[in-house]
Amino acid sequence: MNAPPVFSTRQVTKDYHMGDLVVQALKGVDIQLYPGEFVVLLGPSGSGKSTLLNILGGLDLPTSGQVFYRDQELTTWNQRQLTQFRREHVGFIFQFYNLVPSLTAYENVALVTEMVTRSMTPLEALKMVGLEPRRDHFPAQLSGGEQQRVAIARAIAKRPAILLCDEPTGALDVATGILVLEAIEQVNRELGTTTVVITHNAIIAGMADRVIKMSDGKIAEIEPNAVRLRPQEMRW
Amino acid sequence: MLDRKLRRDLRQLATQAIAIGLVMASGIAMYTMALYALNSLRTSQANYYQRYRFADIFCNAVRIPENVVPRIQAIPGVSAVDQRVVYAAMLDMPTMNEPVAARLISWPDLGRPRLNDLFLADGRWIDPERSDELLASHSFVKAHQLKLDDRLSFIINGRQRQLRIVGIVYSPEYIVQIQPGSLLPDYKRYGVFWMNQRHLSAAVDMQGAVNDVTLTLEHTANSAAVIEAVDDLLAPYGGTGAFGREHHMSHRFLEDEIKQLTIMAWVSPTIFLLVAAFLLNVMLGRVVALQREQIAVLKACGFYDWQIGAHYLKLAMLIAVGGAILGLGFGYLLGQNTTKMYADVYRFPVQHGSLTGPIVWGSLLISSGAAVFGTWRSISAVVALPPAEAMRPAAPTYFAASWIERIGLSWLLPQVVRMLFRQIQRQPIKSLSTVFGMSMALAIMILGSFSLDAIRYLIWFQFDYAQRQDVTVVFNQIAEQAVVLDLQNLSGVTEVQSFRAIPMNVRFAQASRKISVMALGDEASLFRLANIKEDIVSVPPEGLVLSDKLAKILGARLGDRVSLTALEGQRRSDEIEVVRIITEYGGLNAYASPATLARWSHLPETCSGAHLRIDSAATSEVYRALKEMPHIASVNLKGAAMKSFEESFAANILTMRLFNLIFTVIIAFGVVYNHARISFAEQSRDLATLRVIGFTNWEVTAILLGELAILTVASLGPGCLIGWGLAKMFVWGLDTEMYRIPLVIEPKTYWFAMVVVVVAAFFSGLLMLKKIWALDLVSVLKARE
Ligand SMILES: Nc1ncnc2c1ncn2[C@@H]1O[C@H](COP(=O)(O)OP(=O)(O)OP(=O)(O)O)[C@@H](O)[C@H]1O
Ligand SMILES: [Mg+2]
Repeated sequence: MNAPPVFSTRQVTKDYHMGDLVVQALKGVDIQLYPGEFVVLLGPSGSGKSTLLNILGGLDLPTSGQVFYRDQELTTWNQRQLTQFRREHVGFIFQFYNLVPSLTAYENVALVTEMVTRSMTPLEALKMVGLEPRRDHFPAQLSGGEQQRVAIARAIAKRPAILLCDEPTGALDVATGILVLEAIEQVNRELGTTTVVITHNAIIAGMADRVIKMSDGKIAEIEPNAVRLRPQEMRW
Repeated sequence: MLDRKLRRDLRQLATQAIAIGLVMASGIAMYTMALYALNSLRTSQANYYQRYRFADIFCNAVRIPENVVPRIQAIPGVSAVDQRVVYAAMLDMPTMNEPVAARLISWPDLGRPRLNDLFLADGRWIDPERSDELLASHSFVKAHQLKLDDRLSFIINGRQRQLRIVGIVYSPEYIVQIQPGSLLPDYKRYGVFWMNQRHLSAAVDMQGAVNDVTLTLEHTANSAAVIEAVDDLLAPYGGTGAFGREHHMSHRFLEDEIKQLTIMAWVSPTIFLLVAAFLLNVMLGRVVALQREQIAVLKACGFYDWQIGAHYLKLAMLIAVGGAILGLGFGYLLGQNTTKMYADVYRFPVQHGSLTGPIVWGSLLISSGAAVFGTWRSISAVVALPPAEAMRPAAPTYFAASWIERIGLSWLLPQVVRMLFRQIQRQPIKSLSTVFGMSMALAIMILGSFSLDAIRYLIWFQFDYAQRQDVTVVFNQIAEQAVVLDLQNLSGVTEVQSFRAIPMNVRFAQASRKISVMALGDEASLFRLANIKEDIVSVPPEGLVLSDKLAKILGARLGDRVSLTALEGQRRSDEIEVVRIITEYGGLNAYASPATLARWSHLPETCSGAHLRIDSAATSEVYRALKEMPHIASVNLKGAAMKSFEESFAANILTMRLFNLIFTVIIAFGVVYNHARISFAEQSRDLATLRVIGFTNWEVTAILLGELAILTVASLGPGCLIGWGLAKMFVWGLDTEMYRIPLVIEPKTYWFAMVVVVVAAFFSGLLMLKKIWALDLVSVLKARE
């Protein structure tokens, strides 16, 4: 890991104010994410995983501390710049897929490819997740796993610098979850996209280059894996 | 407990509820305003007529010896008779170039008249000993800003007379004062005055005789029979035919206004309440869809179906009743305002009505009715919902390619536009409701503004297109053609066209009407006959030309032979063939060539007046000369009445337009806001997703507002069409014997209405901006919808 990090954070904190009560979701986080790396983020519920991911993706700003994307400081950007950043460099995948229900699989992907110039075609993206035959189906006509794969296609179609996945298999059964993880892993391998996956399932950690464990708003432990397992090889 | 939920729901829906309530309130306000004004007008009219003994039947004649009057009194069914001398004089107002037409009416030497009494607003009654005293109608006094003791210079029977105003009066006969031969009131150029009987008779050589008789009927009397008897009795004295109130100018005018108000009381509120019902339908549909699970839980807990149904109905009712109360209050104010306007336009003591039971209960009833109508669909769905099924999430919403894509244009459309079309198409009821609501807003605006276009067109048609004279003079006696030569020789008069109008009774089968048959020659170059298709129509040398309204009343068709009886001279009858029927804007008319008319009536080919065209540089000279010509009874300036009417009408319509504008904006605003709120609620998750994957605020805004923009644009066509249709209905509803209103809507009226609606929609959409921009991206992604 000699290349300069794609992302790095310095003493990032995030406070949520709920009336008089202050919830410290992040209490000073320092991490580096390197090009092409596959990182799994583990930690108990409420430990701040989603908060961190959202800050990395430019959805939210930290209360204090700095976030760098390559050599630029994200934390000094305004909303417009953050939107531009998400548009060009970040792919998101969520637990509940968040597809646009009124658009077909193909169109959901095209939604993104129309915005970005150096993207792949929607069909290429759908092919990568093996859903090309279902291109003209609406989300309501697809299973959860298929929807999630469309979401992956949508996220990677723009060839993002980073792919952020918040519990992508959280709403899926095991077999389907593996299919989805395979798709993510394949993208990471073939496109070299830096990938962060949040999960509650410690077994998935076997897929990662590094496993970052969080607890109580802090990084508790960083654990490199000597060997990356293929999703099919993992035992559930 | 349910009521607490109701309160919370209502608070959440507050802005939407207010928007719908306002639409409701507008409808009720129009309803209240119209009924209130209608009540005021009706009661005032009835009281006024009764108190001042407005006659039932009117007739004039050339000269009725006073001893004939008791014989009228003796006709069975007649309750009271009053006789007078009425004389058309000219009045020279120093402030005006043109001569002013005056109607002088005799006032009894002793006491008050038996019928058509006056209300003395200022000053005193006439002193019978003095010959120079005058009562003046309030409208004329006001139009000229005269005061008591002012002197007016009349030309009576060719002689100049100075008369002094001692009293200012209102008359039930002249609530609206329209100069004979004119279509509309002009208070500056036409005045009604009362002067002592003895002195007026002496001035116009009417001693021992009268020329005008009015009478009232007993309750059981047969009006037609009495009219016939009076006609028979007065025929030898040059009676021009008695007529009932229904043909009395002032009365007719008032009745038409009442008719118009009655239409108003129903048409506009219906539109508003329909729109409100549609809005409620959409809103409640959304609420029920959102609360499916709650409904199921409540039912599972043991609430009866009807309790849950009633709960949602109550929500709609609260909005309806709130709207009704607001509308009642606002309508009451508007009604008072309108009544005040009437008191100003119609010269009689207008009494203010009150919010009667029927208005209040009617308002509550129709607004609740609209609420029930609007929410019926959603509420029956609530009642029918089986609890077990409702616990399961609603079936996923299926989308399909929209028609615009199916016709093969899809490659043109970026994804976001597809989203728009599919969103619109997926909820046809919601989309159609919005299009309907916006169309109605547009239609109301068009309906409210088109009458000015119509009046302007009518003025152009009558006075620029059909009739090209500048002035029409009416002689006080039938004159020989020689008089026309005199007119021709006046310097400044460039063209003269004489006319002859003979009062006649036209009869066909059972129907008959007393009208003036006008002689019109081929050479008619000033006063031309034109039908509403803008064709100049010539009068054939033989046979009779009827206006379509007269033909309809008589039931006569082309080729039928109608019977004509002259109400002058020998009163000879003849059977004449109808050779042409023309469609006109004004009233019951018949025309024939001069020679034919003379032959039928057995009257010499004389003239009763002339149309003049005047060199515009010499107008004052001509007017001065006309004032001095002895045989001229009145001078009618072309279109002056129409133009002054247009002015006052335009002023009134500006206020009306303002109200219309407010109502239109309320509807458009309410409809768009309602739609936008619901769409936003339904799509906020999608919109947030788009923001997360990199759409800018503006792009997301464009998606939400784009839907509204499409619907707004889609409503423009139907709106203009509905507006046109409503205007047509309105015109049709006001198609009376006296006139019809042209259905003319200028493009700029359409444009203005469209701009108003689009601007209102735009601002309504702007209100959503804040919400779109404040979308919480993170939290929306956390939960499943
Ligand atoms: N919008 C918010 N307002 C207030 N507190 C918040 C908000 N978002 C998160 N929090 C709090 O911040 C803390 C961290 O939340 P976060 O969502 O990052 O946890 P997480 O690790 O993703 O948990 P999970 O595994 O359950 O998704 C929690 O205590 C949460 O209650
Ligand atoms: Mg989380």
